Amino acid sequence: MLQTREAPPVPPAPPAPRVVRRRSSLFTRGEPHVWVTGGSLVLALAMIAGLLLLVAWYGFSTFWPVPIWRIETAGGAVLLGEETEEERYRPDVTLVAELPAKQRERIAAAEGGATRRLLRTGNYELTGTHYTWVSDYETEKTALPEWAVVVERFAWGRFYGTPVAFTVDGKRIATEPVEVWDRFLEFHGEALRRRRERIELEAHAKAAVDREISEADSAAAAALRSHGSDSPEHRRAAETAAQTRQRLAGEAARLGAEIEGLRRENDRYRLVLSTADGREKELPLDEIVRAYPANRLSTSGKLAVYASRWWEFLSGDPREANSEGGVFPAIFGTVALTLIMCVLVVPFGVLAALYLREYAKQGFLVSVVRVAVNNLAGVPSIVFGVFGLGFFCYFIGGTIDSLFFPDLPQGAQVYGKGGILWASLTLALLTLPVVIVATEEAIAAVPNSMREGSYACGASKWQTVRSIVLPRAMPGIMTGMILAVARGAGEVAPLMLVGAAKVAEKLPVDGTFPFVHPERGFMHLGFHIYDLGFQSPNSEAAKPMVFTTTLLLIAIVVALNMIAVRVRSRLRRAQEGS
Amino acid sequence: MIEESVQREEKGRGTPRPPPAGFRSSDEPGPVGAARAASGLFEAVERGEPFATTVHEEPKACEAVVEIDRFNLWYGSKAALFGIDMRIPRGVVTALIGPSGCGKSTLIRSVNRMNDLIASVRYEGDMRLLGDSIYSAGTDVIELRKRIGMVFQKPNPFPMSIYENVVYPLRVDGVRDRRILDEVCEKSLKGAGLWEEAKDRLKESGLSLSGGQQQRLCIARAIAGEPEVLLLDEPCSALDPIATGRIEDLIGELKGRYTILIVTHNMQQASRTSDFTAFMYLGRLVEYGPTDRIFLNPRLKETEDYVTGRFG
Repeated sequence: MLQTREAPPVPPAPPAPRVVRRRSSLFTRGEPHVWVTGGSLVLALAMIAGLLLLVAWYGFSTFWPVPIWRIETAGGAVLLGEETEEERYRPDVTLVAELPAKQRERIAAAEGGATRRLLRTGNYELTGTHYTWVSDYETEKTALPEWAVVVERFAWGRFYGTPVAFTVDGKRIATEPVEVWDRFLEFHGEALRRRRERIELEAHAKAAVDREISEADSAAAAALRSHGSDSPEHRRAAETAAQTRQRLAGEAARLGAEIEGLRRENDRYRLVLSTADGREKELPLDEIVRAYPANRLSTSGKLAVYASRWWEFLSGDPREANSEGGVFPAIFGTVALTLIMCVLVVPFGVLAALYLREYAKQGFLVSVVRVAVNNLAGVPSIVFGVFGLGFFCYFIGGTIDSLFFPDLPQGAQVYGKGGILWASLTLALLTLPVVIVATEEAIAAVPNSMREGSYACGASKWQTVRSIVLPRAMPGIMTGMILAVARGAGEVAPLMLVGAAKVAEKLPVDGTFPFVHPERGFMHLGFHIYDLGFQSPNSEAAKPMVFTTTLLLIAIVVALNMIAVRVRSRLRRAQEGS
Repeated sequence: MIEESVQREEKGRGTPRPPPAGFRSSDEPGPVGAARAASGLFEAVERGEPFATTVHEEPKACEAVVEIDRFNLWYGSKAALFGIDMRIPRGVVTALIGPSGCGKSTLIRSVNRMNDLIASVRYEGDMRLLGDSIYSAGTDVIELRKRIGMVFQKPNPFPMSIYENVVYPLRVDGVRDRRILDEVCEKSLKGAGLWEEAKDRLKESGLSLSGGQQQRLCIARAIAGEPEVLLLDEPCSALDPIATGRIEDLIGELKGRYTILIVTHNMQQASRTSDFTAFMYLGRLVEYGPTDRIFLNPRLKETEDYVTGRFG
């Protein structure tokens, strides 16, 4: 306005030439970035897919029955076994020089290289080895004998041989392979049933009787300790113990006889196999888990063996230092551990996050707490393991022991050692930051208009939190739980300190009073993988089991997550009314 | 968290000082008719000079449900409301109008003490709901809010079923009797004009409704608690014209049964729905009177400029 008042007429300025802006280069336009970003994603996905494929390939192929080879070597040895691996290698020159001329020629023809096969030959008690390498230059004759049989046993690993006879009470009732096999199939199921029955009796009925006797005995011993040998209490307790013994003696004898009878009945049936080098071996039927003539199997027969091995893997107990048999205790331990962890960590973490977001006055102190919680997520998990061992096992567990189990013998512990409860608590502590952070974010994402609406209806703070904030934040809280499960289920290092066991005799839940035993050690799939891979005496046999167990662990973590994801999406749908 | 999201209406406008002690509403009528001249009132307000509200006779004569008594409010050190004196008559609709940032929403949110949720808020003076002090130390804020229903700018149904949304105030009171709940739900939904649309889907989520329906659901929720006053804070600002029309009709139907205080940016809405209108500017109540007078024949030039769209 000021200018218009007194401005003299100004001649219009010539229009400025339009500045031609520079062409943006190809790099600036971003097409190459599509390739950079897309390529990174593809690389990441390819690595993950590669890992999963490797695990899946080895994991799924472990249980597939493979043919049995009979190999005669130039040295005169005869081997019978399953081929597990084949590799090319370059034999040592000094070794080659000592070989007979014919074999040297073969190596020379292959330009100094050779191929060797790893045969799983089993028969550990006869040969002292489970596996044998055979090189191609020393191989004289290979064959797939029709009646070669694999026998998986409860002890001593696998046995390879050809059936020679089937004996009952030492009498050979069949000697032709076909007949022998028919007899085996006829009697094997019965023998396994009797074995199970025997173990059941030993583990439960007899154990219950023994426990009752020993409880009466220890009551007498306790009375002796606290009241002296002449006290009426001790005399009464000793009398009770004697009566208990007397009362249960008949029962114990009956059970013992029954167990012995089952054992003797099973001992009558034996399968006689001949090994590759002609030795005969008698195998009692109830020591055989599964046997099959590998080279005679049809595809459906192979599938049946494959399925039966998977079933045993998923439902059975481990044997042979975990390298054979099943991992059911480890599955149970992993799932139970994860679920107990969730039950402990979710309410605890949600309450803590609620205080931080809804109640605490936002300021410096709360920021410090928040940073500390975030940093807690970065603490190495073994540190939590050490803390769990020191605090939960030794301090809390030791205190419980000294308060509630004063009669424990020297060095024995109930709660004062690693157990599933302490391991769950340790994992809960480990995953707490994840839950707190996720819950805080979920609570912060609840729109304030919801809270205001609730307050305007006359709701108190707690009513608002409970009816509006928590339900609305529930999907986000579930996300936190999913992250916690993913982190916790795969954790191994802290568990090694607070209760994961190589072999747990008993599950944390069983039929013995009080049915739930939170103080017991447990098996865990992650620890099982470590144990198989690095601690197994029979590492070749354990190797494929590593992959199978890894596959199973991944499957369980995915399954637990899928359940949580389903619940979360159902919650979301219910809120949004689809 | 709450502080972050709440819209700060007064961004550095008000002066950080309480109003002068002798602050009073003017009782004498202002200049009437077309002869109104610019009184320089806005400039005086901007300079922070003492200032008197022009109140017409009618609101003073009515029976008041809410009495606002020399009420001042600060956000931290920024003053947002300056000595508001106002009587909200029973059973009619009172509209608050004024340009953005004039303190309308702050004032309406002060009636049920929603501003308590903001940590930095300070206030002076008092309000009374049917004679009971709203801001005295002994007031139970929760009990107070149970007597006042509120509907917000954006529809905010809770993440639960339509039924549970409506009976939420009763749930808060711990009512469990299914018969009472059903009865209140039907009555409130009918009162909010949503019954016909919602009666077959009471179990569905409140968020599955359309925007206009959601806002009527919020009105149903607000009247389910049988409040003495209904506060509507720009209830139609997020709605399309048809939904807005329905809400306006609804306000007409609710009039008489409830005392309604409504904040609106829409002059037509204020003139259509309300019986009394208060014009606010920079945290001051400028002119307060019957709606037809405010819109057709205000005493102040500034009010006329604003309602005719020449200003604001």
